[in-house]
Amino acid sequence: MGQIELKQVTKSFGDVQVIPPLDLTIHDGEFTVFVGPSGCGKSTLLRLIAGLEDISSGHIEIDGKDATDLVPAKRGLAMVFQSYALYPHMSVRKNIAFPLRMAKMDPAEIDRRVNAAAEVLNLADYIDRRPGQLSGGQRQRVAIGRAIVREPSAFLFDEPLSNLDAALRVGMRMEISELHKKLKTTMVYVTHDQVEAMTMADKIVVLQAGVIEQVGSPLELYRRPRNTFVAGFIGSPKMNLIGGEEAAKHDAATIGIRPEHIDVVESDGMWQGSVGVAEHLGSDTFFHIHNTGLTETITVRAIGDINLTHGDTIHLNPRMHELHRFDAQGLRID
Amino acid sequence: MATKASRSAARLMMAPAVILLLGWMLVPLIMTLWFSFRVYLPLRGGDQGWAGFDNYIRFVTSSAFWPSVQTTLIIVIGVLAITVIFGILIALLLDQPIWGQGVVRILVIAPFFVMPTVSALVWKNMFMDPVNGLFSHLWRFFGAEPVSWLSDASLPSIIMIVSWQWLPFATLILLTAVQSLDSEQLEAAEMDGAPWHKRFWFLVLPHLSRAITIVILIQTIFLLAIFAEIFVTTGGAFGTRTLSYLIFQRVLESQNVGLGSAGGVYAIILANIVAIFLMRIVGKNLD
Amino acid sequence: MARSVTPRRKLLNTTAAWAIGLLIFFPILWTILTSFKTEAQAIAAPPIFLGFDWTLENYRVVLERSDYARFLWNSIIIAGLSTLIGVAIAVPAAWSMAFVPSKRTKDILLWMLSTKMLPAVGVLYPIYLLFIQLGLLDSRAGLVVVLMLINLPIIVWMLYTYFKEIPGEILEAARMDGATLPQELLYVLTPMAIPGIASTMLLNFILAWNEAFWTLNLTAVNAAPLTAFIASYSSPEGLFFAKLSAASTMAIAPILILGWFSQKQLVRGLTFGAVK
Ligand SMILES: Nc1ncnc2c1ncn2[C@@H]1O[C@H](COP(=O)(O)OP(=O)(O)OP(=O)(O)O)[C@@H](O)[C@H]1O
Ligand SMILES: [Mg+2]
Repeated sequence: MGQIELKQVTKSFGDVQVIPPLDLTIHDGEFTVFVGPSGCGKSTLLRLIAGLEDISSGHIEIDGKDATDLVPAKRGLAMVFQSYALYPHMSVRKNIAFPLRMAKMDPAEIDRRVNAAAEVLNLADYIDRRPGQLSGGQRQRVAIGRAIVREPSAFLFDEPLSNLDAALRVGMRMEISELHKKLKTTMVYVTHDQVEAMTMADKIVVLQAGVIEQVGSPLELYRRPRNTFVAGFIGSPKMNLIGGEEAAKHDAATIGIRPEHIDVVESDGMWQGSVGVAEHLGSDTFFHIHNTGLTETITVRAIGDINLTHGDTIHLNPRMHELHRFDAQGLRID
Repeated sequence: MATKASRSAARLMMAPAVILLLGWMLVPLIMTLWFSFRVYLPLRGGDQGWAGFDNYIRFVTSSAFWPSVQTTLIIVIGVLAITVIFGILIALLLDQPIWGQGVVRILVIAPFFVMPTVSALVWKNMFMDPVNGLFSHLWRFFGAEPVSWLSDASLPSIIMIVSWQWLPFATLILLTAVQSLDSEQLEAAEMDGAPWHKRFWFLVLPHLSRAITIVILIQTIFLLAIFAEIFVTTGGAFGTRTLSYLIFQRVLESQNVGLGSAGGVYAIILANIVAIFLMRIVGKNLD
Repeated sequence: MARSVTPRRKLLNTTAAWAIGLLIFFPILWTILTSFKTEAQAIAAPPIFLGFDWTLENYRVVLERSDYARFLWNSIIIAGLSTLIGVAIAVPAAWSMAFVPSKRTKDILLWMLSTKMLPAVGVLYPIYLLFIQLGLLDSRAGLVVVLMLINLPIIVWMLYTYFKEIPGEILEAARMDGATLPQELLYVLTPMAIPGIASTMLLNFILAWNEAFWTLNLTAVNAAPLTAFIASYSSPEGLFFAKLSAASTMAIAPILILGWFSQKQLVRGLTFGAVK
């Protein structure tokens, strides 16, 4: 079990309300990702769920039971911190065993579980080392190991990969996803990286300034962003958001078109402009295009093998059925 | 890290320390205040009633009062100046690559281990004794007349003894600070052709300001209270009677608790002035 | 700072540093040497540096004259217990300040420190009276309490600065892992802060060992520690340099040896945790 429900939860630090009233249900077994720009309150929300901070008002229910006033230890959740927060004076084995020791578990059972976790996470080779002697990726694994041995009802991750280098990050991302498939335990995962959100989540919660902008599966958010913020935040490179006359043509205050939904054509495109920066990634090429007559620079994704460089003229054709329209409040028009 | 539970736990865990210190501060303070308004002579009839402000007036108008304040300040400032200046110089020297740094450091720290009574006795007898002291031998060796240090140059002597005890502390703190100085910054300045005194003045000294503040704070706390050094060497004679020592004499030697307590209140006020002054600086300089 | 220098420069620096080191250390060295001389050699003119008849006679006389073991034992008990109790009280307080800071934390800390500025003489008589009332005069228990109290602010301050170096997330992790507050302090914070706690204890042990106001004024015979033992040599008998030196050496030797063996922690402690 691992259903978490937030009901009208708010959080203020002094006079500053960081989380205005917020409702959210995280279902059992779901991989939920909180994503949003830095300072939007993702960590705060996670810490409220963990019980490391008091909520200012509202209720938190875990598995249908009120957990608002429960201390962290009693919530049955496990957390993996951004800094890993390993106990530096204990070996890997002792680190992983610590929560079990605190639960006064039988030593034989502790051993069994620690070994099982070490097996799953490939920790066996350095089980007797101290955290100080481990690489970032290994520490991360130990932190996860410490979380899984308790068999918690849900895992909380606060930007667990942000201290790793790019290659390792991709690897760990997959490992965590696999772990979720295997354990089928609820996971709540905080990141500011929308790629992580898109690739890992069953459900994404997009936050801005403590407010939930949209909740949905990755593809839902991609296909039908509820407002311009989500539209701009989900997807890489960012959706082109165009205002002014061009939007008015479509009866909208803003229109949005993703770079991958604009075709580069030989001639007679709807838009025409000159290539600014061209990013050749090999598989794809991203063009930043100026002088289209629009106020905004347009980003376009083209095939990798295309021979246009800075200053060249380019013709573009947006796919009209992929066009997103938003009203003056930035809300989606269907 | 702030839930109601952890905040109340924090208050609970701080309580013993706070309550103990509050008691330690308030109980004797109130008693001292009480005595200071009484005619209280333990050996001559005990508590003989209300004295009003007599004790306070007598204490400040006694001829010993202002000299004792002056003596206190001279000792504190003198020791601070010597330890900070020499501390910086020695720290800069010890920071240089030298052979046997660890041993030298131990030698320099050693005086800090010596209890004040011992250091006062050793200096008084074995170094400053006008007949057999090492200094007198040294003076005679150069054909000079030996000095009666503790009577003719009493204040400088005491300042010297106390400085010797506190120099290790100042040196060590300053050394730690010097070692954390960014060498790239210095090298850059050297490349820019800044002469050493400019580098010292504009780079090293500002970097040391926090350490110097701490040296001054901690030493002042201890220096205002020096006792054994005077008790053992001059017994307060020859112009070495600090305010603390004057009060000590009034209370214990002349057994005039009322008068001594009034002096105590003055000393507390003086200490608080210094404290407020220091806390301002330190409060700003701490994180 | 300046790192690479010419060998010539290094030699020069080394010479200067050793000269200063030896100069500062000299009074202690001289005391130790003198303690092995005969009284005549101790005051010989010109002074004899090493070429004297080494003798243990002074130590024998000092040991005969006073019960050194009792003074030593009192010093150990008083300094040791006051430090232990002080740390036991200060660890929770420092935990609160470092990990659950509030607006008043810094004020409380500075206030604690300011209690150290209360002139001891100002409150000597009240304490004296209280001690008589409570039957604590000339008792080790009384001195333990007083020395614990006068060093408590420094212990709290030092522990606070050490604790602040420890990331709060690790303690939060312990909390998530089901540790209760005492377990958090015992199994996570304390082991992580061992070096800092050791330095703190060492420094405060030394401060308590050397404390010479309360130990002189609140003891007579039973509880008198080494500070009082040595003060008894301030009488004209102190003019016997060799015996004075022997007594002095015996009073400072335990701390010197302790300092020698724990140099690293001590250096850390001596900076009162205030400078990194
Ligand atoms: N203990 C605190 N006291 C006061 N304000 C705080 C505290 N913790 C967080 N805040 C504020 O709350 C807001 C949300 O912070 P939070 O750490 O949740 O952001 P975040 O979304 O996790 O950002 P990041 O991606 O940078 O980690 C920020 O504006 C922050 O300044
Ligand atoms: Mg965060």
